[in-house]
Amino acid sequence: MILTLAFRNLFHDRIRLAVTLVGILFAIVLVAVQLGLYLGASNMITANIDHAKADLWITVYGAKSFEDGGMLLTSRERHQALATPGVKAVIPLIVRFAEWRKPEGGSTRVVIVGSDAEDGGLEPWGLIEGSWEDIKSPEAVAVDRTYFNELGISGIGATAQIQTGRVRVRAITDGIRSFTQSPYTYTTLNRARALFGDSDGTTFYLVQLEPGANVETVRRDLEKRLEGAEVLTQAEFRDRSLKQWLFRTGAGVALIGGALLGSLVGTVIVAQTLYSSTKDHLSEFATLRALGSSSGYIHQVILAQAGISAVIGYILGISIALTILFFSKNTALPMMMTPGLAFWLFTLTVGMCAISALSAIVKVTKIDPATVFNR
Amino acid sequence: MTNEPVLEATDIVKELGSGATMVRAVKGVSLQLVPGELTLLMGPSGSGKTTLLSILGCILTPTSGALKVAGVSTDRLSPEELANLRRKHMGFIFQSYNLFPTLTALENVRIALDVRGQKGFAAANRAEEVLRDVGLAYRLRSYPANLSGGEQQRVAVARAIASSPSIVLADEPTAALDSENGHAVMALLARIAKEQNRSVLAVTHDPRTLSYADRVVKIEDGRIVGEERRPEGLDAPEITDLTKRRKAHA
Repeated sequence: MILTLAFRNLFHDRIRLAVTLVGILFAIVLVAVQLGLYLGASNMITANIDHAKADLWITVYGAKSFEDGGMLLTSRERHQALATPGVKAVIPLIVRFAEWRKPEGGSTRVVIVGSDAEDGGLEPWGLIEGSWEDIKSPEAVAVDRTYFNELGISGIGATAQIQTGRVRVRAITDGIRSFTQSPYTYTTLNRARALFGDSDGTTFYLVQLEPGANVETVRRDLEKRLEGAEVLTQAEFRDRSLKQWLFRTGAGVALIGGALLGSLVGTVIVAQTLYSSTKDHLSEFATLRALGSSSGYIHQVILAQAGISAVIGYILGISIALTILFFSKNTALPMMMTPGLAFWLFTLTVGMCAISALSAIVKVTKIDPATVFNR
Repeated sequence: MTNEPVLEATDIVKELGSGATMVRAVKGVSLQLVPGELTLLMGPSGSGKTTLLSILGCILTPTSGALKVAGVSTDRLSPEELANLRRKHMGFIFQSYNLFPTLTALENVRIALDVRGQKGFAAANRAEEVLRDVGLAYRLRSYPANLSGGEQQRVAVARAIASSPSIVLADEPTAALDSENGHAVMALLARIAKEQNRSVLAVTHDPRTLSYADRVVKIEDGRIVGEERRPEGLDAPEITDLTKRRKAHA
């Protein structure tokens, strides 16, 4: 009967129910979009780090992110690293901003990622046209299809100029987005070096360890040997990159702030409508109290109202959020939805509605059952 | 049938408000309710009868005096414990019926069982049974808005007796009803008292109700000023004579 009464109380006034649901829906969509963008942005920032096969990253001292390394490391550091006990391989990786001159004129900034697939360090994933063999051919690069317009190209075979060298698109990826909005352009290590006119420099060394080697011990060893370089675990470098782009630039704070604001506004709207619904049904709650119901029973009715609102609001909200997510799929800033986020959003909705129910519960706690005789 | 009182009020005083606005609504009332009896508490408006009913129903706590329900003293009981006492031993009928407008007649009765922890098919069957008992078998799934005043009050009576309480307290049960429905509801209350051996107390100032009473307690200015009991062996019409006798006496 608790659910029946809660359901009837809610559906008795459909306009108020609509307002409640709009409040929840607004909150869910806003939070889902903001957190979906946050996850999408995080994924973009760390995708290359996550796909790299490295136990440790050697970077120049103070490198803030994947895109912020320069080409300051030399083969000297590589040899020092290779001589460290426990190290199996030290793979050079070049990551550097460059000017992409479009075939039809104009230019845009890209991030050149140079590595050799044979080294097993980092190679582009999600190839939909071409292969790594094609990227090894003269002048070849791989770009993501999302950025065709940005790069002024139409597909395989298109040419452009990077720095002083000509490049030709030989492979196309799908789903490799860049948070900096400078498209990643994958090529071989030597071609990357050639484009920048540097025969030895590299941005990172990806360190792979011998089986059974202790990561911390090797790291300490490497730090002692490499002056002016930092040695980071994959997780540390990931965190550092996220911190740089999401928090130092304020982008992540804005997204999280938006999500918090959405939750707050949703909570206030739901609280207001639940409170007014409870106020309207106060005489009925007083009757229940006079009939001998425990205060817990009445609280359960109010919480059930909040719970029903939460479930309906969540279903509507998540449906809209998933639709937005679908349409954002092929944009430069795609949203992400994971089962974890969907569950978290449900928990947030239920929590938001439960908190909203508090004001109504406080109101109902003060009911004087004697009012039943005054009606 | 036992004549042990199910409710005993001794020297009940109730003060409402405080300071200069304090009003003593009930002034030392003592009253006992026994099973199988329909008692009417009669008095003019403002005589304190509804306040007394609220105290006897464990809804208001007395300023002083003692109240025992089914042998349990209500002194120092918390609001939750008082609610528990109401749940176990009392059924209420209100002047304005106080039905839940969003629930059907059957659901209105079921919710009274639900708060007492009686759920499921057994509760549904019991609710249907009492609604049939009060003559509303054909209105089980009607909402209060679609019921007449008399039907609504009969649903309220069904709700009050569904959990078989030993005490039924009614506040002006006929006030909002026409003569025919008023008589029907009073006959129902009298039958509940007699056939189901419950103690029924109805607050009223409706003289039409007198013919159904086993006992009439008169209250004025917060004090019991008279009490008359239907003599053994007399049926309802004789009670009406009681009124006449009282009028003559006055």
